[in-house]
Amino acid sequence: MSTHTLAVLVENSPGVLARVASLFSRRAYNIDSLAVGPTENPDISRMTIVLNLEGHVLDQVMAQVYKLVNVIAVSEMPTQSTIHRELLLVKVATSQLDEVLAIVARFGAAVVDEDADVITVEAIGESAHIEGLLKALTPLGIKELVQSGLVALERGAAALSDRTLSAQGISTLHEVGTQADYQN
Amino acid sequence: MAKEITGASSLVKSLEAAGIDVMFGIPGGAILPAYDPIFDSTIRHILVRHEQGAGHAATGYAQATGRVGVCIVTSGPGATNLVTPLADAAMDSVPLVAITGQVPSAAIGTDAFQEADIRGITMPITKHNYLITDPADIPRAIAEAFHIASTGRPGPVLVDIAKDALQKMTTFNYPKNIQLAGYKPRVEPEAEAIRDAAALIAQSSKPVLFVGGGVIKANAHKQLMRLAELIGAPVVTTLMARGAFPDSHHLHLGMPGMHGTVAAVTALQKADLLITLGARFDDRVTGKLSSFAVNAKVIHADIDPAEIGKNRFADVAVIGDLAHTISALIPAIEKEFKKAEPDLTLWWKQMGSLRATYPVGYNQPEDGSVSPQYVIERIGAISGPDSIYVAGVGQHQMWASQFLKFEKPRTWLNSGGLGTMGYAVPAAMGAKVGMPDTTVWAIDGDGCFQMTNQELVTCALNNIPIKVAIINNESLGMVRQWQTMFYEGRYSNTSLHSKRIPDFVKLADAMGCAGLRCERTEDVDAVIKEAMSINDQPVVVDFRVFRDAMVWPMVAAGSSNDDIMIARGLTPDWDSQEL
Repeated sequence: MSTHTLAVLVENSPGVLARVASLFSRRAYNIDSLAVGPTENPDISRMTIVLNLEGHVLDQVMAQVYKLVNVIAVSEMPTQSTIHRELLLVKVATSQLDEVLAIVARFGAAVVDEDADVITVEAIGESAHIEGLLKALTPLGIKELVQSGLVALERGAAALSDRTLSAQGISTLHEVGTQADYQN
Repeated sequence: MAKEITGASSLVKSLEAAGIDVMFGIPGGAILPAYDPIFDSTIRHILVRHEQGAGHAATGYAQATGRVGVCIVTSGPGATNLVTPLADAAMDSVPLVAITGQVPSAAIGTDAFQEADIRGITMPITKHNYLITDPADIPRAIAEAFHIASTGRPGPVLVDIAKDALQKMTTFNYPKNIQLAGYKPRVEPEAEAIRDAAALIAQSSKPVLFVGGGVIKANAHKQLMRLAELIGAPVVTTLMARGAFPDSHHLHLGMPGMHGTVAAVTALQKADLLITLGARFDDRVTGKLSSFAVNAKVIHADIDPAEIGKNRFADVAVIGDLAHTISALIPAIEKEFKKAEPDLTLWWKQMGSLRATYPVGYNQPEDGSVSPQYVIERIGAISGPDSIYVAGVGQHQMWASQFLKFEKPRTWLNSGGLGTMGYAVPAAMGAKVGMPDTTVWAIDGDGCFQMTNQELVTCALNNIPIKVAIINNESLGMVRQWQTMFYEGRYSNTSLHSKRIPDFVKLADAMGCAGLRCERTEDVDAVIKEAMSINDQPVVVDFRVFRDAMVWPMVAAGSSNDDIMIARGLTPDWDSQEL
């Protein structure tokens, strides 16, 4: 078993997240993390899906995802040349405030809200970075935390949108036939 | 400015523009607006008795004709009653368009009367689906639905339309082109894959053409014949592919799988190359996957890239329409064969011996009752290979696949993937509607028949004269067979008492059909001929058959194909075979 990150471009149509989630559930692929958001193209959303599975299953997962009509492109993000980021918001007790602030500084995190009893810390980074910060903060009293799914972008000029059919010069315009045409 | 019409009229005009001639359905509250313009349409609407019947009828129509089958039902229970036929069509790659009414858009999500989230429910069992709340979207959704259902790997597409979208005014404009950014099924195979496949075929001394239902979907049976005769390899046809290659052909070893012939099962097991055409390595064919065809390389040709490597690793994957793929393979193989043609003599000696030694057969019941296999065999012999045969699911289905002789594609319809009991009567109805001049036999079990027989009323009222042979062993026969084999004959809840209740002859009569009964072997031919002579109404024949007949050969579920049994506790005499 190993961890793989998939980037998926989908049409911004109703129910598309449910389609992808339903597929993963039905085929018993476990999702570690999933993040969805808009892209440079308002008609297209991008999902970043982190999976833990056997290598040979990955091709099958990608083929099944791509088979969904609303999915425009699927790609595995190369581990080495990809920027991975997660977002953490965490409320920490202020009883040992100096130590909290020292950790926040050491991890390059930021304080984004303060209260008499808790401060809210924001951190952005790779999974290991976020995990390290949480490990350091845990003994100081974490009241609540929320984490985003991982998002990933390949370094350099390469873009997932280059892998869509239309970017490859393949027309996605389909001629509408009638029953007679379908019969061959 | 185009004339304004209702969304409902736009729907019916869209269906007319798609070129359909028939649809199967039942009206209800949410779909009611659509039924007003249907009243005036040239499209024939067949009013079924249960929505499941509408779905299977559309499937039977599609499988018999190659066209898209269409069904139309209302929201909530109407739509959920379509779930089984949609799942069935998805498993067997049948092109369907299902139209469902939905509650008005303002009521969606409120648990309104007859509301069901049919788009959500059917996501995993359709190729694609839509929820339409704006009447302006109707023509495009219908055009896309037909295109998606019928191209690439065929499948069911559901279009759910909110009632207010049917009622509101809109303009009708059926698109000539549609934009589907993520949908472009590959038709032409890659030249490199064709070359690699041809090279493997030229090197193989034990090849098998492993033919699946995709060959029939692709209308590639003629190309398959040329390919088979070029290679000279044994051909096996899966349950979904019966008829893709003539049973009478000398290269044919029959059906592989759980109830396949010894020769077909063993050919796959012992092959050094599987030339897989539109088959998906279903568990009913492979048996225990880890022991399936362990020495074989695999060429996997399919239109669906997601089938490649799903169950079995493919050494060469050829993605494309099978008619194109096979047409491209033939010259590539001819080129390879000019260098060296493989010698299949030894392979044929082995397979020919198995085929001769272990044909499918059956024993006459010792108690003098009628053999179910005999009944099915005689129906096939008397009605002939031009008829369409539609089976339910269970023992009678397997016997039909074994003892009917198929010579042509689209003459064998059954529920292969989902295994839907109750498929036969409505699917036969749909097949007869699509092929009115062809004799259509439903070979059904007494259990299956009691699930969907009400569609015989539809047949009787709409001049759809199908013939139904009930293979009445008063049991859920296949389940009973498993109880015999694996549960020490503890027949828990498999006795249906259908030789006592219901009286199928009276039931047929009550539904406007001719009802016949056959209880003696010597009457079988005469009763079949009598059924053949009745063409002005549906016919139901109650064939009362031997209860304890079993389907052989059999590979028990989860077992290796190497452990095929030709009768209870009896395996082929492998020592006498040179394998």
